[in-house]
Amino acid sequence: MALDPPIQVIGLRKAFGAHVVLDDVSLEVRPGEAVALLGANGAGKTTLLRILATLLRPSRGTARVAGYDCLRETAEVRAHVGLLAHGAWVYEDLTPFENLRFWATLGGLPRSREALGGALAAVELDRVADERVRTFSLGMKRRLALARFVLARPSVLLLDEPFAGIDQRAGKWLDGHLGAFKAAGGALLMTTHSFGRGLPVADRMAVLAAGRVALDTPLGALTPDDVRRLYELHAEDGP
Amino acid sequence: MIYARRAWIVLWKDFLSERRSKETLNALFFFALLLLFLFQFALGADRERLTAALPGLLWLGFILSGLVGLGRAFLAERENDCWEGLVMMPGDKSAIYLGKVAGNLVLMVLVEAILLVLFAVFFNIDLATHLIRLTAVIGLGTIGFAAVGTLFAAMTAHVRARELLFPVLLLPVQVPVLLGAVKATEAVLRGEPLDTVAHWLGLLAAADAIYLTVGVLTFDAILEA
Repeated sequence: MALDPPIQVIGLRKAFGAHVVLDDVSLEVRPGEAVALLGANGAGKTTLLRILATLLRPSRGTARVAGYDCLRETAEVRAHVGLLAHGAWVYEDLTPFENLRFWATLGGLPRSREALGGALAAVELDRVADERVRTFSLGMKRRLALARFVLARPSVLLLDEPFAGIDQRAGKWLDGHLGAFKAAGGALLMTTHSFGRGLPVADRMAVLAAGRVALDTPLGALTPDDVRRLYELHAEDGP
Repeated sequence: MIYARRAWIVLWKDFLSERRSKETLNALFFFALLLLFLFQFALGADRERLTAALPGLLWLGFILSGLVGLGRAFLAERENDCWEGLVMMPGDKSAIYLGKVAGNLVLMVLVEAILLVLFAVFFNIDLATHLIRLTAVIGLGTIGFAAVGTLFAAMTAHVRARELLFPVLLLPVQVPVLLGAVKATEAVLRGEPLDTVAHWLGLLAAADAIYLTVGVLTFDAILEA
């Protein structure tokens, strides 16, 4: 079990009726590695993340997180995975502290005032801990979602366009935060539409096209322009 | 203990959100007021007609305002993908259901209390003499309504025509509760002891137990669906 890669997808297929979204997708993310998942709208990026997060059932194939099967061992997978979707799971009429207390209690996580305060401080939201989330920017809501992960310490992060809609400063902060997660041995799979943002933290990029992984390559010294050219070569259309 | 804590945190979250936004309570208050005006116009000053119709009107008010309130029960969960968050939480999800039922119960009891006071004022009825027995009947009826209403609200939360589907699904299932509650309320308002309507109260208690049990057993599957 310990030798299993944190994220392993083999021959995955997902169809909604006659519409095939993912077809024979295989992908692996190793410990301490970040993979950026690129693809046109409807290429199946979010579907893949949702299958790995056990929110969708695959039609065929295998998806494993931390060595556990996403179809048959959902409880174990959920214990290891942190999902940051578009909505960030925040209740608008609660404060960050109250939001965190809610999810920590439901999730069986540390919920003492010190633990919650510490998590908010880690994402630099401690100064607005008692303000209503309704007044927050998208970047601040994303940071609040990340505070959950500070408490839960998942070994795998699944991020759905984490850099979309946030400003330069928030993007840099997120880069740093994800870099630290990776350095601690965490595995990260994130979807992105941007060739610049999010890629500095990624070690590899995978391009989804026509339901398949059309390209899976280390980013190494590739510049954003190189990434764009590779993307245009392998994706169905531009982002 | 952990189960109770998880149910409590859901109730606490709903209560806090409602206390701050007051969205549902304000809407329900004005809705209740509007209903009473309509009843007043429909029945006029005929005392005899009013006495005969009162139990039904009272429950019609409770049910209609309850439908509006319960229809919004999972609105906050639909925002910001919080529903997904609940799905991914570990442990027994029925604690979330019971927390939600408790939150809806608190809200409905508040609205019912307001409605009762308004009924007493609008129709010049002395409800105070029947208050304890009336509270028992209304309590039993409301538990059943909240239990199955919360479950159906969750079932229809992601359906496109949920505003239409929710009452269409809920009301037929509520027939035993409505029947028992109206009959028992009628007897209480006539000044009869509760013993005379023990069979209706038994029906209400049984419906409550069945609805709550079904909710506890099926909520996990509904959440994941």
